[in-house]
Amino acid sequence: MIVNQFLLIGAVLFSLGLYGVLVRRNAVLILLSVELMLAAVNINLVAFSAALQDEAAGGQVFALFVITVAAAEVGIGLAIVLLIFRNRHSANVDEMDLMKL
Amino acid sequence: MTFGDWISHAPNWWYLALAATTLFAGFRVVTSRNVVHAVLYLVVTLGASAGLFLLLGAEFVVWTVILVYIGAVIVLFLFGIMITRAPLGREAELDHDNRVKVFAAVVSGLLFVLIGGSLLNTFADDPVSPYIVRTSEIGDLLFNRYVLPFEVVSLVLLAALIGGIVLARRDPELDEELP
Repeated sequence: MIVNQFLLIGAVLFSLGLYGVLVRRNAVLILLSVELMLAAVNINLVAFSAALQDEAAGGQVFALFVITVAAAEVGIGLAIVLLIFRNRHSANVDEMDLMKL
Repeated sequence: MTFGDWISHAPNWWYLALAATTLFAGFRVVTSRNVVHAVLYLVVTLGASAGLFLLLGAEFVVWTVILVYIGAVIVLFLFGIMITRAPLGREAELDHDNRVKVFAAVVSGLLFVLIGGSLLNTFADDPVSPYIVRTSEIGDLLFNRYVLPFEVVSLVLLAALIGGIVLARRDPELDEELP
């Protein structure tokens, strides 16, 4: 196995996540695409950890922290989306234009 | 390393299957016309990426991904979809118009070329072998070397818990004032 085969998967997944963030209108689906980007980062971290044969397993522990923070982010993000839906009766990001003139 | 050498190494067959699954499902997550299908394709993507972690010997990360992501986060997403009454069936209005799609495809394509090109330049065909870290070793590391970030993350989770409750809770006094 070469290290690039894992890193390239991470790069493709990250680009797909970026595409999703830019294209989707629904706020829940944007959060979904952000999760895709975080998964790509995790693949990179674990691949580097294995490539360095790191005794402190820094990459793997970091991946665990990323997973934890992603869970917190989803919780808060969905609460905010819920609040926006309650106030505006829509979860589409292009209808959130209160700060536009 | 030639392609023949690479393909004759058995784990690379697993890699090919998992990579194809990850990429296909990841593609469907961002293009699917059905919200629930997008979430379920994310399950497939994360499951296959857990397989990639297994190839690299990170067994505890695999189980954390399966438990936290596939077990909890996906359920949270489905809950969010139901409660915001996102269009459940096929729906054309999920994406922006084609102008934005072309722009997004160009931007993400450029990003991939940038990352991929620099990766190929830097790591060419450096080998990687699975570095197996047992769950007990991860536990030792978490509670010795990484104990401070571990505690900080637990505080982040607590803050997110309280913040989520405060944000999503209906305020009874406010509800009475509103008609």
